[in-house]
Amino acid sequence: MTSAYIALSYWDVALAAIFLVLNGALSLLLRLQLERQLAISALRMVVQLFLVGLVLKTVFAIASPWLTLLIALVMVGFAGREIRARQERRLRGVWGYGLGAGAMMLAGMIVTTTALTTQIGPDPWWSPRYALPLFGMILGNAMTGISLALDTLTTTVHREKLAIEAQLLLGYRRFDAVAPFTRRALRAGFMPIINSMAATGIVFLPGMMTGQILSGVDPAEAVKYQILVMFLIGGATGLGVLGAVLASVWRLTDNRHRLRLDRLGGPAA
Amino acid sequence: MASELRIEKLKTALIGPIDLRLGAGECVAISGPSGAGKSLFLRAVADLDPNDGEVFLGDRPRSACPAPDWRRAVALVPAESGWWADIVADHFSGGRPDPALLSALGLPDDAASWTVARLSTGERHRLAIARAIALGPQALLLDEPTAALDPAATEAVEKLIRKLLGDGIAVLLVTHAAEQAERLGARRLRLENGRLAGPAGAS
Repeated sequence: MTSAYIALSYWDVALAAIFLVLNGALSLLLRLQLERQLAISALRMVVQLFLVGLVLKTVFAIASPWLTLLIALVMVGFAGREIRARQERRLRGVWGYGLGAGAMMLAGMIVTTTALTTQIGPDPWWSPRYALPLFGMILGNAMTGISLALDTLTTTVHREKLAIEAQLLLGYRRFDAVAPFTRRALRAGFMPIINSMAATGIVFLPGMMTGQILSGVDPAEAVKYQILVMFLIGGATGLGVLGAVLASVWRLTDNRHRLRLDRLGGPAA
Repeated sequence: MASELRIEKLKTALIGPIDLRLGAGECVAISGPSGAGKSLFLRAVADLDPNDGEVFLGDRPRSACPAPDWRRAVALVPAESGWWADIVADHFSGGRPDPALLSALGLPDDAASWTVARLSTGERHRLAIARAIALGPQALLLDEPTAALDPAATEAVEKLIRKLLGDGIAVLLVTHAAEQAERLGARRLRLENGRLAGPAGAS
């Protein structure tokens, strides 16, 4: 029972902006001073999405594995910057960018590649029409988890310096001394995906599933896809968060079991 | 068991080089202006900050010793103590402090079951000394051990230090009180600009 996909005209799309314009007018009227930000971000969204649509169209048409990989790497690059920007205190040098981005890339690529080659199985397996949206969803969630976890870790370790050093002075090993704070960081990183799995289907319908249903796919099929994607997202986020946090703990301490806050930068301005 | 503590060309980015030898059961008291690096010196001996140079406990070099083992043998009590659990007892190895040790510091037996949040500064500091001594160290590094204590508690801590010295434990302490160094029979040294500058009072 696949119904027809209803194509939208540009006029339909523009009409949908009416309510946003209304919000802007209200903001002006009530002096909320949100209208500028609202307008800019709406405009950014439109430009970015048109561009990405253009890029995807081209990439799908060219269908080259190397181009697909290149786009994936560019996505990692932007997500890595986002992780770095969301941390109040970050590791000095390349570590501040590299650990988060590296863990995210590794986890995302492992999970995406496995799903493409075994479960979804497009032909060829790297087909950009499947690989890029899937990688994007996984990356976005891993990014949120990792940035929350790293921000929690660095802020807590910085605040709990006395407690950590007290344990080191009593002969605790470095990973033991930081363990309570590592756990707190991991919990912060896992929470969004745990919450979203628990609330999915009751509190909200996930965007991907909604999109598939709107474009005429049988809801039962859309649900299957969504569950698969949720598992992949959960798995990749977990791996990414774990990798990024453990690597950061390793970098924040040294092999003489010292706390190395000198490797942590000051608070971001 | 009793061993001497020998510090050779100890250096960090901010202090040193420092050479110092403490015999078994010897007490050395370091004084000096604030910012001279007294606390940094103790931290470097405990290997808590990156440093160059070597420290020997008896004939055992620090570099040949895993850092956790070293810190149990050469125990540092910083001026400000850190706590990571809710209950006092959870900060002691084995989860239960020796009542004799607590009473030697003028603390009641049930101090072990207290919550850390309700401790006074003086109680905190004495409990921090107790948990370090509970490790059975062969050398003790104390950073202003009685600065936060009232006269009675100060006396209890000094009595305990004298007992440890009698057991052959080397004690290196930072103190501003010349009388305290005298009461402990300590050799007094002055630290200035990150270097040992001879006997205190000589400058």
